[in-house]
Amino acid sequence: MKKKIVSVITMGVLILSVALSGAGCAKKKAENGSLTIFNYGEYMDPDVIRQFTEETGIEIKYEEALTPEEMYTKYKSGAISYDLLCTTDYMLQRLIQEDELQKIDIGNMEYIGNIGEKYWELAKAVDPENSYTVPYFWGTMGILYDTTKTNGPVDSWEVLFNGDYAGEIVMQNSMRDTYMLALKYLGYSLNSNDEGEMREAQELLIRQKPDVQAYLVDEARDEVVAGNAAMAVVYSGEAYLGNQYNENLAYVIPKEGSNVWLDGWVITKSCDNIEAAQQFLDFLCREDIAMKNFEYIYYSTPNEAVINALSEEDRQNEALVPSDHATDNCEVSMQLSPEANDLMNELWKEFKAD
Amino acid sequence: MINRLKSVNKRIWLSGPYAVWVFGFTVIPLCMIIRAALTAREGGFTTGNIVAIFDPIHLKAMLFSLEIAAGCTVLCILLSYPLVLAMRQLNMGKKGFMMFVLILPMWMNFILRILAWQMILSNNGILNFLLRSAGLGELSVANTGAAIMIGVVYDYLPYMMLPIFNAVAEINEDLIEAARDLGANGFTVFCKVIFPLSIPGLLSGIVMVFVPSMTSFVISDILGGGKLQLIGNVIEQEFTKSMNQNLGSGLSVSLMIFVLISMAFTMKNDREGKRSAIW
Repeated sequence: MKKKIVSVITMGVLILSVALSGAGCAKKKAENGSLTIFNYGEYMDPDVIRQFTEETGIEIKYEEALTPEEMYTKYKSGAISYDLLCTTDYMLQRLIQEDELQKIDIGNMEYIGNIGEKYWELAKAVDPENSYTVPYFWGTMGILYDTTKTNGPVDSWEVLFNGDYAGEIVMQNSMRDTYMLALKYLGYSLNSNDEGEMREAQELLIRQKPDVQAYLVDEARDEVVAGNAAMAVVYSGEAYLGNQYNENLAYVIPKEGSNVWLDGWVITKSCDNIEAAQQFLDFLCREDIAMKNFEYIYYSTPNEAVINALSEEDRQNEALVPSDHATDNCEVSMQLSPEANDLMNELWKEFKAD
Repeated sequence: MINRLKSVNKRIWLSGPYAVWVFGFTVIPLCMIIRAALTAREGGFTTGNIVAIFDPIHLKAMLFSLEIAAGCTVLCILLSYPLVLAMRQLNMGKKGFMMFVLILPMWMNFILRILAWQMILSNNGILNFLLRSAGLGELSVANTGAAIMIGVVYDYLPYMMLPIFNAVAEINEDLIEAARDLGANGFTVFCKVIFPLSIPGLLSGIVMVFVPSMTSFVISDILGGGKLQLIGNVIEQEFTKSMNQNLGSGLSVSLMIFVLISMAFTMKNDREGKRSAIW
């Protein structure tokens, strides 16, 4: 009997919600049109979408993807016509180069001034005239280390290579990230297409291999949190979370420089409601909305209004708000030439087999 | 007779959904893989992607995979027989508690189980905690070939145990008693009666353990700490990172050829053993 009641109630709720949402959609669609948005998973506070529809009457169709490659393939297939995409630096570069985007009328956006000058400069690596991309979140790669297990300062990639912490190091099991730090340590650009420089980096990594405890991706942070390793190479977002579990951890962007990644919003060529799209991007830059997203995601934000509103402690956190000089030597990673890319894959395989 | 044939014919249609499934998700993808394997990255026919298995890097990964697969199979066999014999001795059936306990872990996602092993084996993990508490020092198993071996044996043991158990459970008690009456001791009974009669189960167990343990790549990534690479890892890299689907397909086809050879070998023996006992 109880089961029956529960199922009747469930049915009722379902029917009601379908009816309500149907009615709501129909009304709003008639009002101000709709936008189809493509973003990474867990990369926007659902509240923000609701609030946007409430304020503007523009309906949002929201879709999520896991990787830039997935996003690119789905967008290219044309099965769904997306209006707005949020994706990562090298993919932004590719979309711009393939002429898939529309220019954004940045001068006409009310809250665009919240995005700091520094981040527009960063975005220039992929969008030289700052005409296609609005920065969303960004971060760095660096070393997360346990202050109780290290002696002396950790401020250089050198700690990974000098043998002091043999067996206590966790590296990234990802080709580009691992070559990146070796190239930076050797004083080269992380976007180097030069065979000699890449081979030199590989030699360094092969020599380091016996000292490395493991090459991990998602678990790298956990190994340091759990005390299995003294340090790990991680993204800043991971470092911030690690700090929440274990307060002896610290994060540093090595002085030789590192990789800066940047996610940004773009308007696709297939978008025919540019005004609404632009309205949405402006909305994302508004302080209260950017703050909501920041508190949902906890990556570094380019929104200076949000940064100024942070607590003193958060603002001192290198993983959340890197100090200005810390990113001086950092670079945004770009697509390598096809030959260099093949060579790097080959070298990575060789290195893994060693 | 004719009526019976008719009803059989009708029933064949019931396999329709499965046939569509196999065609759509096995036959077509397989053809695509073979086509990609025989195509050079720049287009045009080539056998280079398949022969690439003899490249020293790939060969090394392949040999390591074989080593893991062979070791895993042998260990599973060595662990299965005593257990199965004990279960037979104690009259524990297929629906017994012991069987339930053995199958229970299979209800859980295998990646979760492998992550649990990572926690057990890591430097500050459960194993070392126990060893330290007992004053026995520490072991560093994490991120070695031994850790990978533990992972694959743990994962695939039920696939070896179950078919052997099925074969052994079906052996008529009279045969064993007859052997004993004729003066055979326990060891001889095992060698001359139980083992030969369990061979069909053993062979299907070998196929079900050897092949997946040779082709796994997640276990080696998690428990091997990314320092050791199986042929599965190389193929994964070609597909997901190098974006060289042709080479990835070529290596997959070489691996498939290898698997087919080993299957053919066991199938041949299976037929000689008259019946197979896939559970």
